[in-house]
Amino acid sequence: MRNTFVNALCDLAEQDERVWLLCGDLGYSVLERFSSRFPRRYINVGVAEQNMVGVAAGLALSGKVVFIYSIANFPVMRCLEQLRNDVCYHNLSVKTVAVGAGLPYGTHGYTHHGIEDIAVMRTLPNMTVVAPGDPVETRLATAALLAHEGPGYLRLGKGGEPTIHQSAPDFQLGQALTLREGDDVAIIATGAILAEAVKAADLLAAQGIRAGVLSMPTIQPLDTAAVLRVAERSPLVVTVEEHRPVGGLGSAVAETLACAPGPHARLLTCGVTISPSVVGSGAYLRERNGLDAAHLAQRIAQALVGAPSAQPVR
Amino acid sequence: MASVSKATQKKAGAETTTQRSTREFARDVRARALQMVHRASASHIGSSLSMTDLLAVLYGGGILRVDPARPDWPERDRFILSKGHAAAAGYATLAEAGFFPIEWLDTYCQDGSKLPGHLTRGVPGVELSTGSLGHGLPVGAGMALAARADGSPARVFVLLSDGELDEGSNWEAILFAAHHGLENLVAIVDYNKIQSFGSVAEVMRLDPLAEKWRAFGWACREIDGHDHAAIAEALSVVPHEPGKPTAIVAHTIKGKGVSFMEDQLAWHYKSPNDEQLAQALAELEQEKPQ
Repeated sequence: MRNTFVNALCDLAEQDERVWLLCGDLGYSVLERFSSRFPRRYINVGVAEQNMVGVAAGLALSGKVVFIYSIANFPVMRCLEQLRNDVCYHNLSVKTVAVGAGLPYGTHGYTHHGIEDIAVMRTLPNMTVVAPGDPVETRLATAALLAHEGPGYLRLGKGGEPTIHQSAPDFQLGQALTLREGDDVAIIATGAILAEAVKAADLLAAQGIRAGVLSMPTIQPLDTAAVLRVAERSPLVVTVEEHRPVGGLGSAVAETLACAPGPHARLLTCGVTISPSVVGSGAYLRERNGLDAAHLAQRIAQALVGAPSAQPVR
Repeated sequence: MASVSKATQKKAGAETTTQRSTREFARDVRARALQMVHRASASHIGSSLSMTDLLAVLYGGGILRVDPARPDWPERDRFILSKGHAAAAGYATLAEAGFFPIEWLDTYCQDGSKLPGHLTRGVPGVELSTGSLGHGLPVGAGMALAARADGSPARVFVLLSDGELDEGSNWEAILFAAHHGLENLVAIVDYNKIQSFGSVAEVMRLDPLAEKWRAFGWACREIDGHDHAAIAEALSVVPHEPGKPTAIVAHTIKGKGVSFMEDQLAWHYKSPNDEQLAQALAELEQEKPQ
């Protein structure tokens, strides 16, 4: 995803002189293709995220569209007040890009896990929160965030994510993308975990359970119409995210359902729930959190019959 | 393009005003700020009064190349009041300089007003909403960088408090501005030696402050922040050294201009009552040349 993002940004910067890229001394072997082509619009600000956001705001107040790049929660939490006051309060075109959000930096440990970032970012005023599900969505989301005036957050995986979309979908900020039709259960996934959700739907199909799959690349603003549509058709809605369910997609969907007149589906939220002290690779941590395809299929099948093991993993 | 204060309007075409007119400007700003915090029962008057002479020379003395008739003029100088809590003097200065009607000042901190208690963008002449400390200098560095990239003559002036320098974000920006040789960036420290809980020396020592700026790669000069000639001399030609950003450590007195507020921590918080306001205004009146 990170390579797709940088390639897309290079293409966009070729056309649009307003595009700048700042990084917080991270992105080695990835950002060079931008910095070598556009050296006057690229700055490594050093290990200083607060200043990175402030400088980006100053550039944006002078007419630039600034992408700021770092990993996991670094460009979100260390500089949260700069994002809130300097960027969102002023409604500036600063786009925060977090690479390796979720669990891809697995063995680096909890300091490198971006699993509360959606919760934080979606509460900020004027902020558009986007977590593409595959490289195709990444390319389209990068262009869409550039075209959108105002703050944006692009939450990316790391590298090697499979391509899910065989052709470019009609990508619009704030709109869900339907990947599979099926009304026995509706799976809504955001971010790079989408691949596991699609595989889980395949496993369920083999058991005769027809699972619909929605990719929800935009979490703020949420496509509430799409959520309500599937919640009316299916008895169970399942959210899947590499993030804590609290404050993330699970919460966003729960808020939507709770505010809607019933009857509608029950909700199963699947996210990161185990202790931050568990050590392992991204794949291992997905398994431990019940977020790999096999566990997801199992949890969904159990939830459909009301079994207690559908509860969050501990 | 000199700034257009009442004083400069009277002297059409003048690039700078006389020292007396910046004194008048400062006296008017002090009086208005006192009336504003009195009406609103607002705090931070001491912080407003300590920096008023700096603002008077910047706006009333023709240092800033701004035009109240065109607040969005792309090549204007940018001024950021990073110590946004000193909003009373900040707004009063902009009104005195002609950016918006003086009458707006009567609405300071009132329900439904355009003027909240910390300086806020959207008010003509305000470049950045501030209030939380440590934000102005990084944003100013970004503006200076943009101006240089665009070949714009715009310069960026950021006024910081001393207590604010406790924030690490400033030192990130100080490193950054020197590394990138932002000679169109000027940081002015209103060094009144008092922060929220007591003296700077007690709470978090900054001295030797000028040496810190120099060690970080800035050209730094110390001045008396109430001496208009010294302020004008320090700010009229920047950068002080080619290839370096400029820092001015302005030694000031919190509450300057009102005898019973000077150097008193309490006036970081208190608002003058009717008698105190009358006495303060009378003292400012006495300052006027006979």
